[in-house]
Amino acid sequence: MRRTRWRRTLAAGAAAVALALPAGCGGAPAGPPVLNWYINPDDGGQAEIAQRCSAASNGEYSIAVSVLPRRSAEQRQQLIRRLAANDSSIDIMSIDPPYIPEFAEAKFLAPVPEDVARRTTAGIVNSAKEGASWNGRLVTVPFWANTQLLWYRKSQVTGTGLDMSKPVTWDQVVAAARSKNSIIAAQGIRAESLTVWLNALVEGGGGQIITDASPQDPEGVQLGLDSPAATKAAEIMKAVSAVGGPGFSTNSEDENSNAFQAGEAMFQVNWPFVWGKVNSAVEAGTVPQSTPDDFGAALYPQTETGRPSSPPYGGINLGVGAFSNHVDLAYKATECIVSTENQRQYFLTNGNPAARISVFTDPDVVEKFPMAPVIAQSLQQAKPRPQTPYYSEVSESIQRTYHPTAGIDPPTVGPATAALIKAVLAKEELL
Amino acid sequence: MTTTESTTARPAAGAAPAPRGGSDRARAEQKLGWYLAGPAFAVMLLVTAYPIVQAFYYSLFDYRLTDPENISFVGLKNYAVILTDSIWWTSFGVTVFITVVTVAVELVLGFLLALVMMNALKAIRPVLRAAILIPYAVITVVSAFSWQYAFSLDSGFVNSWFDWLPGVSADTDWFGSTGSSLFVICLAEIWKTTPFVSLLLLAGLAQVPDVLQEAARVDGATWWQRMWKVTLPNMKAAIMVALLFRTLDAFRVFDSVFVMTAGANNTETVSFLAYRQTIARVEIGLGSAVSVLLFLSVVIICIGFIKGFKVDLSQVRGEK
Repeated sequence: MRRTRWRRTLAAGAAAVALALPAGCGGAPAGPPVLNWYINPDDGGQAEIAQRCSAASNGEYSIAVSVLPRRSAEQRQQLIRRLAANDSSIDIMSIDPPYIPEFAEAKFLAPVPEDVARRTTAGIVNSAKEGASWNGRLVTVPFWANTQLLWYRKSQVTGTGLDMSKPVTWDQVVAAARSKNSIIAAQGIRAESLTVWLNALVEGGGGQIITDASPQDPEGVQLGLDSPAATKAAEIMKAVSAVGGPGFSTNSEDENSNAFQAGEAMFQVNWPFVWGKVNSAVEAGTVPQSTPDDFGAALYPQTETGRPSSPPYGGINLGVGAFSNHVDLAYKATECIVSTENQRQYFLTNGNPAARISVFTDPDVVEKFPMAPVIAQSLQQAKPRPQTPYYSEVSESIQRTYHPTAGIDPPTVGPATAALIKAVLAKEELL
Repeated sequence: MTTTESTTARPAAGAAPAPRGGSDRARAEQKLGWYLAGPAFAVMLLVTAYPIVQAFYYSLFDYRLTDPENISFVGLKNYAVILTDSIWWTSFGVTVFITVVTVAVELVLGFLLALVMMNALKAIRPVLRAAILIPYAVITVVSAFSWQYAFSLDSGFVNSWFDWLPGVSADTDWFGSTGSSLFVICLAEIWKTTPFVSLLLLAGLAQVPDVLQEAARVDGATWWQRMWKVTLPNMKAAIMVALLFRTLDAFRVFDSVFVMTAGANNTETVSFLAYRQTIARVEIGLGSAVSVLLFLSVVIICIGFIKGFKVDLSQVRGEK
């Protein structure tokens, strides 16, 4: 009886081991190495590029894509957790620019070879080059570059006295919206977009949120949030929230784009995706052709009269995982991904602007995106968000103190935020 | 009758006393119990005790995930930072508020639903129970998104349906202030977990002996008197289990806050605070300390309930 029971137990154990074996000991798959590319969600453009580059490699490699979460902060979290565990399955990563210094300082990025750096930065817009670098070195490869424009409804702006062919200031935009009893759709939600907005305002006034990043000593970080530019930025935020509509403190880019498309907002500051979105709505028959015809796009508003604005810079750069088993091949694949043709195609199909300046004069691009020259100009002027390995802390602190923008006190909010950031970095306060 | 029972229960005069630890059969049953429950107990230790111990260990260090070379032992400094920070106490207050409000409402609503299920006609009873339980089957994060969409300004229908109520209009931004945000969060929690409470209370209701109800009725007790003097005292254990489970669950509220407000307008809870330190800031030391404090709060709640209700669950089972 006892022997039978043992035999049964042994048989069950053996069966379990046999079942587990194929998963763990399958050996290397036949064929070329598969490079894993962790991408941010898009309309399928990155997957298409992966297919094209796999085919173009002539069997040297193939690229498989894995989709990261939607929000950039969550993309960072997932990548960091995997990289902290030395995950070798990460070959290529689509990274949101503000997190690049953190990845670089943590040594999560394989160094960019000199020749690759030279080739992939030729003809690249200023902001993308700056955003892909850390400590003066290129640590990622610019792929596509994003920027915010000032979108306006031509029919509503008429009669306000604003000449949208020339740069306008935030004060003028607020006054125009107020005169027509309309609203401005800016991102007042407690999210990353709030930091994006504040940074553009501060930089546009000639200031900086971080004046000395002090990467080796977080307690030595110097902040510029008590500068006149920062105070002016806070004043603008407060003024805009007064004409921001009822959902201003909870609206993100998507809700603002909807409000603008519906004609509820006279202005919005938003990324170029709004153009693709409204044209898709026309194709779907949910809005008439007159809606996109009424869309106008201008350079981001100035913080101060006469000083060129510093529009937000976004987009995606490609990093190669430091623990990848195929670093050389990953850089080959990266060069293929960021080729001019792929950037052009990605712009045309997914609406995400190229980092390479020559794409903006391509006839197909200009036909589909009449505002392409404005985007190109905006990208040349755009400024990255504060570059620091502790960007997450800086951004979260800003979101905590500047939200809701209607309730901020412009002279004190900046110094209070600076004190919070310093305390958080010194690990003396929670966030 | 009573005399006979007590006589048979007592050992016969001159009989050998039962061996210490019970009879052979009792010992065998106890052994079998360990065989059956042992593996589950070991697994529980592995999956719960190990992370708790590890969290406590990490909470004594200054440890950032992206800077593993600079880990340093800081003792209880992380706890001092947390307990002297207003954010902790705000989060703690919000958590207690959500817990008290949701559990109180759920207890009353759950009891009413349990009564309805108990007294419903036999033919419709299964359908009714299934209908009441549906919200509990919905995944919390899905429920949170549903409520957020319902109350949001652009996609929500609540404002247009309830604009006849004072204070509600087409422009009401529910997630724009602390009070209204917490109202929606509590509402979502109550909708989601009231069925769970009602199910537990239904089990308690079913355990109240009919003979007691019958005797009270014969003695002329009103419905209200029967409820207070017979039904509720006999359901004490079920009420405690329902309250305890829900309080522990409510105290760890995370999904609704994460989805609806992301902690904006002072709606951050303790779980969310732990998430922010550990996952967003990747400060493993600080985050672990918050998690340990959350764990201790839960333990204190647990002990408080068991002591406060003075219910011995093993006695309810009839073991003692």
